[in-house]
Amino acid sequence: MSGVLELRDVHRTHGAGEAAVHALRGVSLTVAAGELVAVMGPSGSGKSTLLALAGGLDRPTGGEVLVEGEALGGLPARELARLRRRRIGYVFQDLNLLGSLTAVENVALPLELDGTGVRAARRLALAALREVDVAGQADRFPDQMSGGQQQRVAIARALVGERRLVLADEPTGALDSQAGEAVLHLLRRRVDDGAAGVLVTHEARHAGWADRVVFLRDGVLVDSTAPLVGIEHLLSGSER
Amino acid sequence: MSIRHGLLALLERGQMYGYQLRAAFEESTGSTWPLNIGQVYTTLARLERDGLVRPLPENESGQRPYEITDAGRADLALWFATPISRADRPRDELSIKLALALTTPGVDVRTVVQTQRSATMRALQEFTRLKYTSDKPEDLPWRLVLDAMIFQAEAEVRWLDHCETSLVRHRPTAGRPVAHPEAVDRAGDEARR
Repeated sequence: MSGVLELRDVHRTHGAGEAAVHALRGVSLTVAAGELVAVMGPSGSGKSTLLALAGGLDRPTGGEVLVEGEALGGLPARELARLRRRRIGYVFQDLNLLGSLTAVENVALPLELDGTGVRAARRLALAALREVDVAGQADRFPDQMSGGQQQRVAIARALVGERRLVLADEPTGALDSQAGEAVLHLLRRRVDDGAAGVLVTHEARHAGWADRVVFLRDGVLVDSTAPLVGIEHLLSGSER
Repeated sequence: MSIRHGLLALLERGQMYGYQLRAAFEESTGSTWPLNIGQVYTTLARLERDGLVRPLPENESGQRPYEITDAGRADLALWFATPISRADRPRDELSIKLALALTTPGVDVRTVVQTQRSATMRALQEFTRLKYTSDKPEDLPWRLVLDAMIFQAEAEVRWLDHCETSLVRHRPTAGRPVAHPEAVDRAGDEARR
């Protein structure tokens, strides 16, 4: 089965010789459309490296990364940048919203960089803000919004247009538990609508939103879980 | 929790017979706690013996409703007012299992940790899926029950992560008999040599 994202025996080594750090050591992972995969593991296990490679922000030292069947390694820098803007959405812990732009301008920016006209970009950006329930904040600047609203704007920016792959690195950041849950709900909805999603998190409760959870340890995938159907077996011990 | 207080709480809403109580009980716990009708009748009999509920005359369909008594109401109020003691909960088999795995020869503790974490993670995914699909306002009691299970599962995964980190730093002593004070002294002497 081919996925929206495919990692084939991916290695990433920083440095060389005795000082070499092996961040990833032969990771293979396929994420299909409509599938959300959570990546868990202790600090330094390679989670963020995996996400950076998946998003074309970093290049593997071995193996291949494919997005919608296209091998990122073979693309010239310009093409890679274009693919990143068009097909991949990123949500990071630190929101990276530009303080001098309003919410709608922040969301429209990647489209405009990609050649979409200003009006069309604004229209698409407003639609994306509506999708995450912050259309009312469209003309506000980031510092005029709550943390939860800012994160929704950041998500709208990641989802705007035709992005088929959404990559999220601890996207709930410092949000309270309700606001954090709302963010995951949005991510889940986008994936259910056909995107492929990768969620890096150290919180099991957040990973619970995924269809599949993979554990990284020292740069190696050590386990993968998919939910079992039916919870009756979990509750058999509760009749006391 | 006791089925006893669950049934008292339901009867506080109004009189009910056995099958109604079972259905209402399962509904309010989102069917996470299935009851068989035998448990309902046994519990009702004990509640009646203790004067906390009172049977009413059978209806025309042959069903006997029960109602809560004043003593039952007092018992229920006390239950709501009293925090649940941790000591009343069952012993945690998992922590005991891991403690024993550490000291039992031939057991790979890391595998035990990983196996449990996968299972708990699966449960967490399933609870979350159920919560995600129960978003109607009237689902709130059920969602809160699910949240409780989600937080418990999360705590277990965190604890397992903690165990794994501790194991990395741990120098294995598996299989060694429980240290006798003299043995400790000897080991200390050897270490100093």
